[in-house]
This record gives sequence, structure tokens and C-alpha cells, in this order.
Amino acid sequence: MQAKKRFIILLWLIVLFILVMCLLKTTRKPNTLLHLTYSIDNVENLPSFMDDWQQNLEVGRPPAAKTYEARQQIPYHTSHRKTNKLCRMETCFDSSRCENDFRVFVYPLSELESSGLLTSTRSVLYQKMLDIIVESRYYTDEYTKACVFVIAIDTLDRDPLSPDYLRNIPVKMQRLRHWNGGRNHVIFNLYSGSWPDYNEDDLGFHTGDAILAKASMSVTNMRPGFDISFPLFHKKHPERGGEPGFVRSNTYPITKNYKLAFKGKRYVLGIGSETRNSIFHLHNGKDIIVVTTCKHGKNWKDAQDERCDVDNTLYEKYDYGSLLKNSTFCLVPRGRRLGSYRFLEALQAGCIPVLLSNNWALPFDEVIDWNKAVIWADERLLFQVPEVIHSISETKLFALRQQTQILWEQYFNTIEKIVFTTFEIIKERLPKFQSRDGIIWNTSPGALVSQNSHTEYLNFNLPFNYHLLGKQPSPNFTVVIFSQHNSLNSPLYRLVRNIAASKYLTQIIINSCAENNGKSGYQNIAGVQILISSGNGCRRFEPLPFIKTEAVLSLDDDVVLTTDEIDFAFHVWQSFPDRIVGFPARSHYWDNSKDSWLYTSKWTNEYSIILTGAAFYHQYYNTLYTKWLSPLLIKTVEQSHNCEDILMNFLVSHVTRRPPIKVSQRKHYKEQANNGMPKSPWNDPDHFMQRQTCLNTFVMLFGYMPLLQSSVRFDPILFKDPVSNFRKKYKQIELVSN
Amino acid sequence: MFIRLACCRLLRHRKLIYISIFISFLLSFVYVVVLPHAVKLLHKPPKIQEVYQYVIPEDSPIVPTNSRCTFYDCFNIYRCGHEFNGDFKVYVYPMARHVDQDFIPIGGKMSKEYHTILSAIVESQYYTKNPEEACVFVSSIDTLNQNRFRVKETSQALALLPHWNGGQNHLIFNMVPGTAPDYKTVVELSIGKAMVAGVGFDSWTYRSSFDISIAIYSDLAISLSNDYTFKNRTTFITTVQINLHNDFITSLKSIEKQKSMIRVIEPCSHSGQNKTIVCHKNNTYNYAEIFTDSVFCLILPGPRLMDTVLIDALAAGCIPIVAINHVVLPFFEVIDWKRAVIMWSETELNTLLDVVSGIPLDRRKDMSAQGRWLYKTYLSSLKIITMTTLKILSQRLHPHSSDFYENWNLRPNPVSAKNPLFLPYMSDSSGFTAIILSYDRIDSLFTLINMISKAPSLQKIIVVWNNQLKSPPHFSEWPKIDVSLKVVQTTANKLSNRFFPYREIETEAILSLDDDILMLTLDEIEFGFQVWKEFPDHIVGFPSRTHVWNNKTNAWKYESEWKNELSMVLTGAAFYHKYWNQAYTYIMPNNIKEWVDDHMNCEDIAMNFLVSNTTNKAPIKITPKKKFKCPQCTNTEMLSADQGHMATRTSCVNMFAAIYGRMPLKTVEYRIDPVLYRSLLPKKLKRYNNFGEL
Repeated sequence: MQAKKRFIILLWLIVLFILVMCLLKTTRKPNTLLHLTYSIDNVENLPSFMDDWQQNLEVGRPPAAKTYEARQQIPYHTSHRKTNKLCRMETCFDSSRCENDFRVFVYPLSELESSGLLTSTRSVLYQKMLDIIVESRYYTDEYTKACVFVIAIDTLDRDPLSPDYLRNIPVKMQRLRHWNGGRNHVIFNLYSGSWPDYNEDDLGFHTGDAILAKASMSVTNMRPGFDISFPLFHKKHPERGGEPGFVRSNTYPITKNYKLAFKGKRYVLGIGSETRNSIFHLHNGKDIIVVTTCKHGKNWKDAQDERCDVDNTLYEKYDYGSLLKNSTFCLVPRGRRLGSYRFLEALQAGCIPVLLSNNWALPFDEVIDWNKAVIWADERLLFQVPEVIHSISETKLFALRQQTQILWEQYFNTIEKIVFTTFEIIKERLPKFQSRDGIIWNTSPGALVSQNSHTEYLNFNLPFNYHLLGKQPSPNFTVVIFSQHNSLNSPLYRLVRNIAASKYLTQIIINSCAENNGKSGYQNIAGVQILISSGNGCRRFEPLPFIKTEAVLSLDDDVVLTTDEIDFAFHVWQSFPDRIVGFPARSHYWDNSKDSWLYTSKWTNEYSIILTGAAFYHQYYNTLYTKWLSPLLIKTVEQSHNCEDILMNFLVSHVTRRPPIKVSQRKHYKEQANNGMPKSPWNDPDHFMQRQTCLNTFVMLFGYMPLLQSSVRFDPILFKDPVSNFRKKYKQIELVSN
Repeated sequence: MFIRLACCRLLRHRKLIYISIFISFLLSFVYVVVLPHAVKLLHKPPKIQEVYQYVIPEDSPIVPTNSRCTFYDCFNIYRCGHEFNGDFKVYVYPMARHVDQDFIPIGGKMSKEYHTILSAIVESQYYTKNPEEACVFVSSIDTLNQNRFRVKETSQALALLPHWNGGQNHLIFNMVPGTAPDYKTVVELSIGKAMVAGVGFDSWTYRSSFDISIAIYSDLAISLSNDYTFKNRTTFITTVQINLHNDFITSLKSIEKQKSMIRVIEPCSHSGQNKTIVCHKNNTYNYAEIFTDSVFCLILPGPRLMDTVLIDALAAGCIPIVAINHVVLPFFEVIDWKRAVIMWSETELNTLLDVVSGIPLDRRKDMSAQGRWLYKTYLSSLKIITMTTLKILSQRLHPHSSDFYENWNLRPNPVSAKNPLFLPYMSDSSGFTAIILSYDRIDSLFTLINMISKAPSLQKIIVVWNNQLKSPPHFSEWPKIDVSLKVVQTTANKLSNRFFPYREIETEAILSLDDDILMLTLDEIEFGFQVWKEFPDHIVGFPSRTHVWNNKTNAWKYESEWKNELSMVLTGAAFYHKYWNQAYTYIMPNNIKEWVDDHMNCEDIAMNFLVSNTTNKAPIKITPKKKFKCPQCTNTEMLSADQGHMATRTSCVNMFAAIYGRMPLKTVEYRIDPVLYRSLLPKKLKRYNNFGEL
């Protein structure tokens, strides 16, 4: 009995022991903090992630297949479905076509016409886009020279329910002679898919290896670095010129009646309705105005809910246009598709877009840093929107709003800019052409006017960003004298002497029109070594390779200028290197009675043109003039043998949105003709009329009047002050001319 | 039930029970507390503390990686709170050992690199101990190098993590993906909806807006970055990898034959496995040396798309030419690699030399410096790499608090302008607000108001009454004028009151005036406004001053003499944008503002410094006016008269320059006049005729 009891007690003791153990064990906290697990010197004893691994034995990958045909053998290319989802520039784009230049081929319309398929193959909008390309620098009519192909079949609207929907595209596509599975083609598209699923991929034809420049793309569906997210714009979007943004002043702080505004459709059901059917909750009637209506589409009454009536009354109370103008932020929610017109409308109005469109790839997001101009909200966190926008500082708001305007005017306000930006993005991807960084793309005046590439590296800074970079243009200049005369006359000798006396001079070049033998060489004139460059086809703004300085002083061979005048003008130019700084000025004005622009050389209180017969400008403008301006503009100049200086002023004002600068001069340019000088064309009335015509042609081709008026003149600080001349630095400017 | 029964029986043997309880406690104490310590003492030094060991069952489930994940589909944003400063919380799983059913570990010991990553997270502001409040989870299973763990078992181990939830909101760090022979470009774990912070993605494996492309850490780079110079680089382009595919070697060597600008390095035949020595023709090089003696480093596909050579080249200032098709560069979401790297195509090597040799020297220097800066700022240590990764994640969660491109990509440059008025427009403003600083000179104040009120572009007058002892005149005593007039009574006689951003200022342009500026004509004022409209980010004023360097005192000197140069305009009468009031009051260094208020001087110098420092532009002087007072009328009231005053202003210039760390003022030699000023035209043709002299 006793033994049995003892046995039982012992048994219980063991059970108890185990119980206590278990209890203790489970209550012990695990080490949550890492640094408790390893002490400092122990960490050093740990192995490296590169240890015990025979790296040296690994051999690198073979080079990727060189030719496009060979690349097609790679297994991931076999799936040629509607869109080749695996396309990348390296695999689906034949960059050997772009070795020399970036040219675009547009399929001629005649091919379609002869095949009897002409009947309404293009909408007005698509026709406009094609016209722009054909008239542009990119265009080539030889398909062998083309890098990119654009088809003449309208693919903009691929919603079968839309009136612009073009049927039988697959049949028409078969007739494209150079289609080649879509290789190097760009397909433009604004709408794809249809009710009810609005499938992004559904274009109704096979795009294969073609690059899609498509609106409302989602980040997931885009082939990275291959497709281009395209903006959605109205049919009435201007081809050229374009409207400026609504923000015409830098008012700080921004004081608007409303903080956030939205006026638009409410979807009761279907795709996109989740967001569109809940945003009205944000409306507070005070600083947040969000009004929606379900009154859209033919059968809206079928699907209406109990809110519709309340909604509609509120909806009618607010005007969309005035909301855009009077609100700091504009809500841009997704519609059926991810993108909407609203986005560009808000951008133009300077109403900072607040995006509620998850996964949307914003237009041209490959190059545009949208963080600087929009606020991303998350559809899932709709109700945080008011808090988010209130948390943004005044300074940031100010920057965001200015950036909306810069982006709008640089890339979106005309069809031309939108199409060109698309091409520039493709161009930028090719190793040879790339080199414009995010600063160039996202600051004024933008990448479209910053032509810089590895192949033609500019050996200087662009004229626009000196202040931003804390740099200064180099303190010397090159003189280019444009000579149309055969003999070297005595005024030229005097001019050369005066120029040579400037300590900032690097070199004098005479761009000779007379001897067109293509030879260049040095010549001694008035004791100065001068480079005579001829055979440039009488092109004044040819970017001569001899020009090594940023500053160019462009002169006519009959100009009279003193050293002081030149030095002073150069000093002014150094502060404003993006503008034309010169002496004789002209003006333009609008004449209502004649319904046209007039050109005047009268002495007026304002000017908008500086004659390039005596002016400083950045040598980059030579490049822009020669390689960037529309061929039609150059043609106008070449046909008339005139107006190249007006065109240069158009160009610089168009790029900088600033007028040129006039500095004080000793005597008036025009007087020279009366002083027994060789007969100048300036007094010729035909010449004058021609310039007037040029002015109006340029306005037509630019799409607007870029010239801006200035009413100021730059003088030396002590100019004509009643102090001793010895105290003045630029004395000659005040001397009376002989 | 059983226990209670036993207890009742045991009651009879109390003594025994007490003893047994005592013994059991003693035993358990020994087992739990003493024993581990004893064990610890026996194993000296203790390498790893006791951690949990998990046994992974062989059939434990895994979820394949979801290749279509995006931030919006796979990431649970609701876990992340709604901080508006970009804050979010990261939980790090406790240390554990994972073994398979045969008790063989599923991977190598945790690497010190992964330990450093985890410690960096734990020490950061993002860390939380509480998994419930965490937004992102990081496992303690080291996944940095795929060669160091077994893929299937590790995937299973991950799936067993207590908060795994299909991988949602988990971040997997990886620096060496793929194994021989096919070298996948992403770590081959099956991780469901987890995100990969990985190295060497290609554009097919990288899930945009979801994965994070990070940088591999390199030990060599640390030593390479120490002694940097761009000079003495004798080789133009060098290859830097010794394990290149033969096809590359062959084609590069044929290029080398034609043009000797490129150097193709190879492993030395005699050195065997020694990686620190490489050869070119008959020359032997120290491996580190090849990075520092060439201008460009050509980086071609290794076994993996991205390895340490990019980082090494950046650290050494050798400009990388990355010729790897489809590669996703580190942190490309925020870093603009174009500024530091030349992107090339691996199939077009034969045209490379022509293009690269055309890059001007300045640009090369700049790229090299940018590369080194990027290395130091984002890639130089595991801690920095980890923090950059978390910062990117934070920007995804709270995009409105993102840093701009400039913050990420521009090297800090004290001389660069940060002009807040960057819209390239001339102003369309229709008018300006005159702000008159006044103390007690009521007569001259009223005269000034009467005069200026006739200016056509004037929209409002604000009188800043800076006298606390005397109230401004009664409402009825003020001149009757057509524009609205507002008197602001200040609470302290401070000069900075004249530059305060009053809510009443509704126009963009401000005309700042002293109450004794009576000599301006209406034409001068209108012209001043016109000039401001053409140059809206400049200060536009009348009399100018300049600063010159005094070699004797080795300091700047303030000059009011009639000079050919200017660098400041007086704000006793000047137009400027109203933004500058905001900047003066809230952005300008506070010690400048305080000094000005304490000494009642130099507020105009401070304003000129502020604007020039921000815009890198000089002020604009208009008209010949040199003084606000006529020379005949000697007025001792005028502050700027005596010698002591000049000395003070000289010291202001020096002090402000010291505070800004540079001399921001810009000297120019021009002023602005109307186009037809002093021309021989009849007056009726000129717009501005009534111009005072000097």
C-alpha cells in the first residue's frame, strides 16, 4: 500500500514538474529585437553573402541576337497574338533603320485610293496628325530611309459603338506594304474597347510588334520602354499655335474660392462606377465642390437611383468652366477608361489635377516627372483626399501650379507638340540619340526645343539653364560677318579694326556669299587674321563648325559699330544669354483694317525684332534655325532671299517667350544709306513689302504670333549723365558719329 | 477532474506534497534558468543565442509568385495608416532557424549583409515591434544570395511565417538572383503577392510600380571611392569583367585592333583563381587599378544582368557605359541614370567608340562627379541602400509627399538658382500696390500719397504705420484719393514690417516706398512698373549701390559713389514681386532678419541679397536717377547720410555674405531707359517724357 502510494506521489510529482515546465516555457518571450541576438563583434564573424560561392567559375551571357530576324527565334517571340506583349525596343524595334537619322514615313494615301478602299479611312483629327507629320522635319517620303512608320488608316477611335469607328481595318492592314508584323510602326489610339468591359487591349486588329501610342493605358498593360502613354485630347485641339495656359500671373499665395472641384458624370453601374459613384461624398458645399449627374447616355432613366434628382439639381448650380478657374485642385477620377479629357483641361487651367485613377500611366510619363504637377490620390483611399490636399504647403502648391502651365505649353497645347513629343520619346530611347536628362524635359523651354544628342554633342550649355545651374556663358564671342558683296570694302576694314579691339573677341569669321567655291581659309584684313568661310549656300545662320564660343555676334558687312558698343552689348548678353541682344530694332503691330500684321521700321516706343545685322545671340540658335525649324519656314526665306532675321526673332521669341533686347547705340542704322554707303536694300519698298508678307506667312506657319513687345533699352549706368567722361566706362557710345 | 481527485488523496501526505512541490520548483528553476546559463558558459564564445527552430514539413504549401501584381492589386494599403508625412511602419520577424524534416538547415547562416539590412530597419523611424500596426513585413530568412539557400524549402518557410497572408505586404530582399546555368533575372522563390527588392531585374521580370530595383552592395567600391581624381586617366574605355562571354571578347578585340582606345582585360593565365590581378596583352594590372585609370568603364552582361561592377565603376569615377539589354537599373524610379551613365545596346558595340569619343570633356567630368555623388548618396552602404528602398516605398504609399526630381538627382550646388518664379512669362499684371513705410513725417507722407495716387497703374496704397507711440492721423485727415488706402498699425517699430506679406496686397507687383521719396515723377513710376512687368523676378529700382572687394582689408566694401557698376538697388522706391515679402519674412535666414530689426538698417541690402541668392540675377536700375534727394537740399533727416552709416552698411554686406556662405550679389554695368530716351525725336512721339535727372 505504502509503496503504491509512494509510486503515485512520485508519478504526480513528475506530472506536476512537466506542467510547470510547460508553463514556464510558453511564457518566455522570444527575442524580438535583433540586436539582442547578435552582439556587435559577432556580426563581424558572420559570413558574407558573397562567401562560399564559386563566382569565378560563372561565365557571362552571350550577346543578344543581333538582327531582328534572329531575335524572332527567341522563344518568347513566338506568340504573335493581337499585341505582342513581350515586345521591348531591343527585341521588336529595328534600330538599324535609324543609324543615320530619325525619319518618319507616312503611307501615301494614293495606295489606298487605288485599291478602292479610300471611303472615309480617316477622321479629321487623324488627317490633321498625318498632315503635321508630312510637313515636319521628321518626314521622309522614301520608306528605305525611314526609322518609324505611320499608317494612313485611322486607328484613333476603336470603340465599335462610336461613329468614328472604322470597319474592316484588318483587311486594310493587309495592304500595307511595309507592315512586316508591325515592326517600327507607331499606332496612335485614343479609345479602345467598348461597353461593358472596355478592354484596353481590344483594338479590333492585330498590332503585333508595333509601338502603341495610346491614351488611357494602364501601367500593367504597357510594355515598358516600348509603348507610349498618349494624352487624350479633343477633336478641336489646335494643330499649331495653341492656347496658352490660363495662369497669366504668378500670384502668391494662391487664393481661389474653392480648394477642390469636380463636375461630371456619375456612373451608377459598370466599370469605373466604384469611384464615380462615391466621389459625391466629398462635396461639402464650401471649399470642396463635387457635383455629379447620372443624366448621360440614352437610357439613363433605366438605371437611375434615388440620388439622381438631388444630384441633378446641384449639378445645374455650378458651371464647369468657372469651377476650373476658381479652384486650386481639380479632381480627375477615372471614367470608363483610365484617362479623361478632364486631365488636360485641368492642366491648362492651372487647376492642379488630383488623380483618382489607379494604375493609369500618365501621358508621356516616360519623360515627364508628373510629381511636379499633379497629386496622386488612391481610389482605395478616396476619403483621405481632403486631408491630403490640405496637407500640401503653399510653396509646393505654387510650384505645382507653375509646372502645370509649363508642361501644358511645352508638350500638350497643340497636336503638333503631342505628335512631336511622341517621336522625341522614341528617338530618346535609341542609344545614339539619347542624352536629354530629366531637367531638360521638365523645365522650360523643354525637350522639343533642346536638340542635343550623343551624335551631335553640343560643346556648350543650352542658352536656357545658366541661372539654374549656377553657370555663366564663357566670356568671349565669335564674330560672324555675313557678306553679300564681292569686294572687301573700306567700311569693313574699319569694322574689323573696331571689333579686333575688343578684348572678348575670339575670332572673326566672314561668311561669304559671293564666292561660293566651298573653300575656307585665313586672310589678313586690317592686320587681323580672319577666317573666310564660303560655300554655305548663302545661309546666314549656318551652324559653322568654326564657331567655338557660346556667343555669336552677327554682323552685316556695312555696319558701323565702335568697340565700346560691342563690349557693352556683349556685357548685356551675358546677363540674358537666351535672348537676341542687339542694336537696330523693328516692330510689328496688328492692323484691324487690313486684318493682318504689319511691319514697321519707324522709331516707336516699342520693338519686337532686333535686326541680326548687328546682334549677339547664342550659337545654339543657329542649330535650331537650321535643323529644327519647319522646312516650310526655311523655304519661305529661301524663296524670298529676305526675312531670315525676322524668322530668327520669331524662333527665339517662340522658344523663350521673351522679347529681344535693344542696347543703346551711337547712331541709327538706317541713316547709313544716306551717308553715301553702297545702296542698301533697306530702302527698297518692294523689300519692305516682302518683309510684311513674310511676317504674315510666319504667323500662319507658327500658328500664332510669337513676337513680344518690349519698351526698354539697355544703357550704360552713367549714359549721358552730366559727369566727366573720364568716369565713364563706355565713352564711345556717347560720341557723336562722324 | 483527474488532478483534483489526486489532490484529495494526497492531502493525507502533506509533508510529502510540500517537499515534492519544493523539489519540482527547484528542478524547474535549475532547468529553465541555471542550465541555459551553464550551457552558455560552457560554449565560449557564444556565436548565436538560442533562437526558434522551425521544422518545415516536406509537403508544406507554397503559392507561386504572382507575376501580374501591381501596387493597387496586391498591396493592402489599409494596413498603412494615413500619415501625411510619408511615414509607415515595418515589422521585422524575430530570428529563427529553419530546417527541413531531416533537420538540415534550408540555407546558410545569416549573412552579415542581411543582418545589417535588418538592423538598419530596426534602428530606423520605420520600425515597429508590433506586427498589428505594421504596413510592411520583412522576414528574417536571409534571401540575399540564391546560391546560399534551397529555393523550395525557403519558399515553404516564408509561407509559414505567422503574418504571411499569401505574401501580402511582405518585402523580400535579394541581391544575387538565379543560379547556373540559366541565371533567372529575379530570385526564384515562390512568394505569392510579396514584393521583391532585388538586383538585376530585366524588364520582363520587374513588376512596374510593385517591385523595387535596388543596388548590390560592393566592398571593393568602398576602397575605390577613397582616393578619387578625374585626372591621370590614361585609358579611354576599359572592360571591367573577367568572366565575359567569348563572343564579346572576340568582337571587342577586333574593335581594339582598329582603334586602340579600348582595353579588353582578361584573367591572367598564370594567376589561377586570383581575382585581384588582371591582364591585358603582356601587362598585369591590379584589378582595382583598371577602374581608376580609365575614363569610361564598359559594362556588359555578366552571368547576371547586374553585379558589383556598376557600383565599383561609379565609386571610382569611371563613367559606366552600360551595354546590357533589358536591364533595370538600381532605383531607376527616382534616379535619372542618364546624368551619370551612358546607356548602350549590347548588339551595337561597333558604333560605340565614335559616339563616346564625341562627348566633350566638361560633360565627362560632370558625369563622373555625378556618378560618384550617386554612389555616395544612394549606394555606398547597406544601410543607405536599405533606407533608399524604404524611402521609395514611402513615396509609393504617400505620393503627394514625394521628393521632386531635383531633390533626388541634383548634386547640392550652392551657386545654383532655385528661382520660385519659374513661369517664363512677362507679367500681365494691370497694376501694383504701393507700400509706404511711415513713422511720423505726416506732411511728406501726405504729399507722397497725393502724388502717387495719380499713377494710372496704382491699385492700392498700404501705409505701414511703424510708430507705436503716436497713432496714425484720424481717418478724416488723410488725403482724398481715388484708389483705396489702407493703414496698418504695427506692433513694434521694426524695419522688416515693410517687407511683411500683408493679406491686403492683392497685386503681384509691390512698389516699396519710403515716406520721404518725393522726387519721383509719374512717368518714372509708370515706366518702373512697365520694366518690372518685363522682368518680374528682378527687383527694379532707381538709385543703385554696389559692392567692391577691398584688397587692403580683405573684405567687401559698400559703395554709393557714382560707379559704372551696380549690384543693389535701394528699396526706398523699388518694384518687386510680392513673393519676396513671403521669402523675406519666412525663408530668409533668421539671423539676418533679426540683425536688421535690432539695428534699424540694411533691410534693403538684405532684400537684394535674398533675391540675388535665390535667382542668381542682378537687380535692375532704371532711369539715370542716382539719389533720392536733390544735391542742393541738405537734409540731415535722411538716414543714408553720415559716415558711420556707410561703415555699418559695409559690415552688413560682409556679414550677409558670411551667412550665405558666398557673395550672391551680381554686378552689372547697365541700366534701363525707355527706348526713345534721349533720342532726337519730338516729345510727342515719346511715351515717357517727364524724367528727372540723377
